[in-house]
Amino acid sequence: MTDVGGSANLGATVNDKSVELFLGRLLRWGVLLAALVVFVGGVWFVIESYNVPQNYRVFRGEPAELRAVPQIVHQTIALRPLGLIQFGLLLLIATPVARVLFSVLGFALERDWMYVVITLFVLGLLIYTLTSRSGV
Amino acid sequence: MNTLEFTLVVTLGSFLAGMLGSLTGLGGGVVIVPLLTLVFGVDIRYAIGASLVSVIATSSGAAAAYLREGYSNMRVGMFLEIATTVGAVSGAFLAGYLHTSIIAIVFGVVLMYSAYTTTRKEADVVAGMPPDRIATALRLDGSYPTNDGPKSYHVRNVPLGFGLMYVAGVLSGLLGIGSGAVKVLAMDQAMKIPFKVSTTTSNFMIGVTAAASAGIYLRRGYIDPGLAMPVMLGVLAGALVGARILPGAKVRTLRIVFGVVIAALAIEMIFQGVRGKL
Repeated sequence: MTDVGGSANLGATVNDKSVELFLGRLLRWGVLLAALVVFVGGVWFVIESYNVPQNYRVFRGEPAELRAVPQIVHQTIALRPLGLIQFGLLLLIATPVARVLFSVLGFALERDWMYVVITLFVLGLLIYTLTSRSGV
Repeated sequence: MNTLEFTLVVTLGSFLAGMLGSLTGLGGGVVIVPLLTLVFGVDIRYAIGASLVSVIATSSGAAAAYLREGYSNMRVGMFLEIATTVGAVSGAFLAGYLHTSIIAIVFGVVLMYSAYTTTRKEADVVAGMPPDRIATALRLDGSYPTNDGPKSYHVRNVPLGFGLMYVAGVLSGLLGIGSGAVKVLAMDQAMKIPFKVSTTTSNFMIGVTAAASAGIYLRRGYIDPGLAMPVMLGVLAGALVGARILPGAKVRTLRIVFGVVIAALAIEMIFQGVRGKL
């Protein structure tokens, strides 16, 4: 595809539109799924420990099993309510990441390589923050 | 408070914050941190972690509706996300080293600015701007639907907008907010992008920016499931209800009321930060 001023841009706009509609739906379903998982984990957590006094005044930081992706998945499979909530929150964080991933594909379909590179940079940074050992 | 009481009260507070945030267009994030720290005595690091999560939820939840209207500009959004995500990582990094009192004071100042923006008029001052060299090279120019058919616009001042977006990202990562106010400032005032395009594109970017810092907060152990759960569910439900009743709401009055509330919270945050109580 050659980019010759207005007409090429117009074609890109039509293409952008269908990609945007798809991304919009993806985001909505991602959030609803995440909210459902958090809700189920939350109800379970409250039933199990409704009488425990809550205190967030003092910062202690979360234990290792609620910090990293593999450990959170383990906690979820082991059916721990807090692990399930954290898994739902991970799904929520993954929703915009998925949006960026599909944007890469969308730009590739339009053969807009400059934006494929720009979007890949953003995607790489997002994946890095979620997987880096020290939490930067 | 036991777990049951705490969960219910925080859900209710977050619901109200989400509803007001959606009705006024300021987002629920700006009041979640003051609500949790000042009212419920939550440590500011936990509060920021929970707030970030709720910011992603409302941004992604609202994006579907915005995208259908066809205002947002994907290229502008994606290009500027380089600045906001790098900024978010810097901000989240800073948050690990700055004293919580300083974070509280910075939060108060940003909150003041947000309160000020509620008084601003939403007028498009831009029309017929000449094309800009950098914007053309990056293919940032676009068009948006109006009653008289699609209207095209030229994007200006790309380096300034990019720099402001980095600042918006730092604030988002440091304070756990969406920084919608700074993002709109960068696009609408600096880059001369039409207001409606700025706000919808900004909303689209907020989720990605927040996800960058949320990853770091999660790895650091700042995101507590017991706290993030009621905050996220409450804000999300509030934002959805807010969007439903928006067409019939007295938005102007609400914006003024919300602006006053935010200003009061801002002063309290700065005051408590200076006293070293947060």
